[in-house]
Amino acid sequence: MRTIAEWLDAARQHGSLGAAALDWQARERGGDPSIPLALMRERLRVMRESAQAGLSPTLRSVSGMVGGQAALLAQAPFAGRFGLAGRAGVYALSIAEYNACMGKIVAAPTAGSCGILPGALLAAQEEAGFSDDELVMALFAAAAVGRVIALQATISGAEGGCQAECGTAAGMAAAALTQLYGGTPEAAAHACAFALMNMLGLVCDPVDGLVEVPCVYRNVGGVSQAISAAQLALSGVACPISLDEMILTMRDVGDAMPSSLRETGEGGCAACHACRRD
Amino acid sequence: MDLFDIIGPVMVGPSSSHTAGAARIGKITRMLLGSRPVRARIGLYGSFQKTYLGHGTDKALIGGLLGMGVDDSRLRDSLRLAAEAKLEYSFYNADVRGAHPNTVILDVDGDDGRHVCVQASSVGGGEIVVNAIDGLEAGFSGHENTLVITHHDTPGMIARISGELAAANLNIATMRVFRRSVGGDAMVALELDGSADAALIARLSALKGVYHVAYLAAKEE
Repeated sequence: MRTIAEWLDAARQHGSLGAAALDWQARERGGDPSIPLALMRERLRVMRESAQAGLSPTLRSVSGMVGGQAALLAQAPFAGRFGLAGRAGVYALSIAEYNACMGKIVAAPTAGSCGILPGALLAAQEEAGFSDDELVMALFAAAAVGRVIALQATISGAEGGCQAECGTAAGMAAAALTQLYGGTPEAAAHACAFALMNMLGLVCDPVDGLVEVPCVYRNVGGVSQAISAAQLALSGVACPISLDEMILTMRDVGDAMPSSLRETGEGGCAACHACRRD
Repeated sequence: MDLFDIIGPVMVGPSSSHTAGAARIGKITRMLLGSRPVRARIGLYGSFQKTYLGHGTDKALIGGLLGMGVDDSRLRDSLRLAAEAKLEYSFYNADVRGAHPNTVILDVDGDDGRHVCVQASSVGGGEIVVNAIDGLEAGFSGHENTLVITHHDTPGMIARISGELAAANLNIATMRVFRRSVGGDAMVALELDGSADAALIARLSALKGVYHVAYLAAKEE
């Protein structure tokens, strides 16, 4: 299963991307689907725990640059007015900050981008009442598209920039949300393609080389991109570029990025006067 | 690569390479030592040296030496727990020409008097490579169940070791053999398809010419 086209074929047989992914994962490991289901439920449990723990106002990273800011979002008097994106942003930031503060998280697909996928799913559950089982199947759908991106392009910021980390996470979250809200597997692929398209070219520019600034804020931005992409696809808008081709395009753009913008801490935000200590 | 490599691992942040990879290196070093570490001199090179404080690389390495896994929430407090566990440690800036940018050298003494020197690199996504053990080239990832046997370089040694594995019905996936000099210290690293039990490790340890047997169980580290 190396392409989205193959996954869409499988999804037609199984009814959804998530069901096809669960079946594939079970067969890879001896056939019993209860094992991967239990593993993914455990992943969801850790995600939820990290979202709650990251809301602590006293949290601080070692450098002191981040921590405790998700609490500000959650407590803001207008917190409820931003709907799904607002709620998802709070959780994306809390998980990303918890990661920066040496909290236990689920890399999805990486530690630096760990807030986006759970932020989207946990917020959708609160907004629309989806069950944990539905969230677990959405996680399988996200994992299937994420794996194709990892195989065909990269999920490493050092190789492909932030588009490969937060971009991939947003693409995975967009596909997961689309499945969750009743979209077809094709719509889920369109959603993922829109997210990758809209985050194409995003550079990896961590200040002092740490997974803090701009990483935690990119998680908030990434979850909004995921929601917008799912909104497009669920409304019946088809991405003019297929997801398989979009993934290869993301790889090409990553290859064209100068090394100063690929996790070296030399360019972008890392080079800004506000962030330089020398 | 399976789906849980994409949604996973479950790990203590902030960085898969600088935190999770470092914890794995620490834990594998403890397994190679085979006893409780009491003293550790840790040399950091490259990006590890420049950003270790902000990434908790120091805490992750020490936590790993204390036996903690990448998802162990105690990693955050490992420096304090090291004092309780009577593990003395120090960090210094190492210069390892031509090494991977995230490389560390650990000199560790165990409570049984054994000493081991491990050079390892964190190569991304929490993956690691053990480059050298006691100055002998190694080159394994710890992904598979791995036996690391140090022994005297004598004819028939490898045959005796592989004979024990055959008797235990264990298939060898990869095997690497290194030695310091002809007739001197040598090491063999064997990646196994199955898992080794305590009885097999005891039989290997009892072989004439074998100095030490370390077993790295992939699912435990």
